Amino acid sequence: MKKHIRLLALVVAVLTFTGCATKQADVDYSAFRQHQPRSILVLPPLNNTSDLRATYSVLSSTTRPLAEAGYYVFPVALVDQTFKENGLQNPGEMHQASPKKLNEIFGTDAALYITIINYGATSALAGGSVVVTAEAVLIDTRTSTKLWEGKASASDAEGKQNQNGLVGLLIQGIINQIANSVSDPGYQIGRMTNQRLLNTGKRGLLPGPRSPRFEQTQSQ
Amino acid sequence: MQITTTLSILSLLMLVGCAAPMQSLYQWGDYENQVYARYNDPGKVPVEAQIAKLEEDYQKARSTNKAVPPGFHAHLGYLYFEVGKDDQAMQSFRTEKNLFPESATYVDRILAKAKK
Repeated sequence: MKKHIRLLALVVAVLTFTGCATKQADVDYSAFRQHQPRSILVLPPLNNTSDLRATYSVLSSTTRPLAEAGYYVFPVALVDQTFKENGLQNPGEMHQASPKKLNEIFGTDAALYITIINYGATSALAGGSVVVTAEAVLIDTRTSTKLWEGKASASDAEGKQNQNGLVGLLIQGIINQIANSVSDPGYQIGRMTNQRLLNTGKRGLLPGPRSPRFEQTQSQ
Repeated sequence: MQITTTLSILSLLMLVGCAAPMQSLYQWGDYENQVYARYNDPGKVPVEAQIAKLEEDYQKARSTNKAVPPGFHAHLGYLYFEVGKDDQAMQSFRTEKNLFPESATYVDRILAKAKK
């Protein structure tokens, strides 16, 4: 019993002192702070998988985490349409457009380039789980400076493995919550991937101007 | 025993606190699901029905004093254009710009093109 108390006290102490929003010392946020964007244009992601749904599935769930992080996020479907009207038909071509041009057309401060590495079910030999992995780079459109980069993955196997743990319950809860009319499991897992990739946690984005936490970050 | 319980609750609260640090800034309705369906289930939901759902989301947000997310009104405007409701489309784009001045350059470009 005493051991338990000591362990719990330790957990509480560690949580208290580390806090939740601590930025990793190994990530350099100086360019981010210098070119702090207000708005983010998400380009349709490059799809390095064989599932044709990946690009627009992952694109569709980028708005929420970025907006909740405090940024203006351009309407993703309309932006895609604008690219196409300008003769850029696929993500590969869109990613080649110069950041300056994106600033001119959309008036965006930053552009987010996402590449999808995994989308959908792995082979039965590899466990048959649904995995979505993506990486992202945030670029300042005026100077082409890289502000931030990140990578994240989510899998439906996480929930199954940890069903008894707190994390398992949370993940399973999220999956159940968003299990809606969309039948593609990659959409739901991709949503979790985006929430991990595009949040303001460790190694994540800095809070944007519309976040209540914006001022705190700026005064650090 | 009581100490263990207290500490357990405390650490649980802290973990939960980390997972959900603050209230949502926006009322998230069907907007993102519609973007998914537009590309990956095209034709499943007619544009008129998409509009009706977004209008409903907007009313719901207004009645609870919540903000709709960035891009919402512009997307709705895009749908209005698709069904030929140009006046409502222009109005939606202006609302987007009023709520989110960050969109001004893009919205002005769309409005200028629509007027031609």
